Amino acid sequence: MPQALEGSQAIARAVALCQPQVVAAYPITPQTHIVEHIASLVADGRLRCELVSVESEFSAASVVLGAACAGSRAYTATASQGILLMSEVLFNISGLRVPLVMTCANRAVSAPLSIWNDQQDSMAVRDAGWIQLYCADNQEAVDTTIQAFRIAERCELPVMVCVDGFTLTHTLEPLELPSQDMVDGFLPPYRFVRALDPLAPISMGTLVGPEYFTEVRQMHHEALLAAEKEIVAAAADWSAACGRELAPLVRADGPPEARIGILTLGSVFGTLQDARERFADTPVRLLHLRSFRPFPVEALRAACQGLSELVVLERALAPGADGIVGTEVRSALMGIDGAPRVHNFAVGLGGRDVPLSIYPRLLAAIHEPHPRMGTIDIDPRYLPPKARATGETPP
Amino acid sequence: MTTETLHDLRGDQPRFQGLEAGHRACQGCGQALAARLTLEAAGPDVVLANATGCLEVFTTAWPDSAWRVPWLHSLFANAASVAAGMEAALKMQGRDVKVIALAGDGGTFDIGFQALSGMLERGHNVLFVCYDNEGYMNTGVQRSSSTPHAAATTTSPAGVARIGKRHLKKDILSIVAAHHIPYAATASVAYPTDLRKKVRRAIQVDGPSFLQVHAPCPLGWGHGGELSIEVARLAVQTGLFPLIELERDVLIGAMPIRRVRGIKDYLRPQGRFRHLFADDPRAREELAHLQALADHNIEVYGLRGDRPDTLDSEGADTVHRGGRHFA
Repeated sequence: MPQALEGSQAIARAVALCQPQVVAAYPITPQTHIVEHIASLVADGRLRCELVSVESEFSAASVVLGAACAGSRAYTATASQGILLMSEVLFNISGLRVPLVMTCANRAVSAPLSIWNDQQDSMAVRDAGWIQLYCADNQEAVDTTIQAFRIAERCELPVMVCVDGFTLTHTLEPLELPSQDMVDGFLPPYRFVRALDPLAPISMGTLVGPEYFTEVRQMHHEALLAAEKEIVAAAADWSAACGRELAPLVRADGPPEARIGILTLGSVFGTLQDARERFADTPVRLLHLRSFRPFPVEALRAACQGLSELVVLERALAPGADGIVGTEVRSALMGIDGAPRVHNFAVGLGGRDVPLSIYPRLLAAIHEPHPRMGTIDIDPRYLPPKARATGETPP
Repeated sequence: MTTETLHDLRGDQPRFQGLEAGHRACQGCGQALAARLTLEAAGPDVVLANATGCLEVFTTAWPDSAWRVPWLHSLFANAASVAAGMEAALKMQGRDVKVIALAGDGGTFDIGFQALSGMLERGHNVLFVCYDNEGYMNTGVQRSSSTPHAAATTTSPAGVARIGKRHLKKDILSIVAAHHIPYAATASVAYPTDLRKKVRRAIQVDGPSFLQVHAPCPLGWGHGGELSIEVARLAVQTGLFPLIELERDVLIGAMPIRRVRGIKDYLRPQGRFRHLFADDPRAREELAHLQALADHNIEVYGLRGDRPDTLDSEGADTVHRGGRHFA
């Protein structure tokens, strides 16, 4: 039966259903409610785990790394500056091929200081070697969190579950929480074959010289590519268990005859679905890129079949370069017969609201003869006078 | 300490070797010796978290490893946090395995300081061992906050305008002890029985414990590898590196110095202090300053031994490998 839960609470309950033995976290907005809910589950005896309230995100990531290597399922959550502070550890966790799950409550990165949502944080660590899965709504956040543990443990790779801060973490939605039996049937107990054990001692994290380094990196790369299969399998098995459909890699929503597509990651997908209902005159296919790492080239190509124009929305900037997601989408579609033209816009940075009215502006923007990256919701009134005169006007 | 007989101590001589021979440490490496002694005393039922540094590099160049115990190196700054995570996991699994974090002074005094403080404050059942060689030796002898006052390093060189490091060695033991942890102590590679005894004591503590082990670096300190033990011993005998034990920030033991040596005996064999023996009034001032630091230690910790003791600074535990150059 659906229940109304705040996103953070739902995620915390989903984590608890996966029964991590060690949870370590440092509070940061908008991740705080997740950890607070986990703390109260522990305090109430509903989750039996060591909750380590660390002195920094750097230590949060380090604690879960140590815990997972010592043979326990471990979980952490953070956002924004916390992601950046733990970035050194994030590379280390994935390089050591340690299975972990982390929720990233997506938030902008300072400066300027902003506690509000965009995806600059997770995009900043897109090459950290983690699996990155983005959630369009809180039901997906619950389902993805549970799947993430199985994916991580089967692939020996860490998984970052990205949920838009506030938009999802602080929003009440009706959603289904699975039963403990359902989760237990899906997620076997944690078993890490390289766990540190005095009875079978191994050395982890050794110095690797140039004669082996390239091969280790290549194996990591291939492991991420191979993770696609596990992501698909986890979604299929979880779907069979709970009865909810969830496109594992790319979700395509819209008529096959649509010539226009809009691709996004995260909660803006729901906004676009609502907008499409309101502005129903043009057939549009909406694409949700759930798996950003590994980047699902084949699934994306299939989802773009028949499109002539594809608008890719960015929730982060790569200053001085084209869009992060747009560039990768363009690269994936390059050389395909009838590949759509890719239009690329940043939207909703630092918590700027993404209203339904953005939708017709996106559809209008595809008539640009030479599509280039731009920020669609710039308010020229707040630009310096010179930039106002010569700068780009929004389409 | 005085209640134990030499026979008991000899009976405790270990058989287990956690760190094997064949690793790539320099000749006379104090850290290698200290780590071996630590593991001898700790035994096989341990899991190690090792910070980045010489110890990590010289023991585990892939595909080789000198460790006979489970060992994880993650990063430079996080040994204490990784150890905390291991401990949390093992506790949840109900396993009786001691977690030991190993770090140099950089990974303890400086870049690993915050993680160390957090681990101590949260009361994890972890022994943190700092191999204190008083500088960033792995990266080529740069100053750390553990480098003694007036010592020359590549980033605190002695020259016309400078007389070496301008700042005092950080009193890490007092800072650690101020967390009111059950057990914190200093030890030295020159006193192996004392070191192993302190390791065993620290291992038995249910909660955080801390050992600061003075470990000469022949390369960084500028002395022959064969002199490591003697130099380490002189650091104790001059009072510059007092061997003390603290419980909950209360002094419970100190190794008495039977024959207090002047600090020049300790400084002279080391290239890093060579400039202090120049005919220069500033050098004389620094020598006086260092002597005052040693005298202060002897005073506050009551280090002066009033009668011969088998466990004092000249006692049976004192090893004299490589001859008695400065005896």
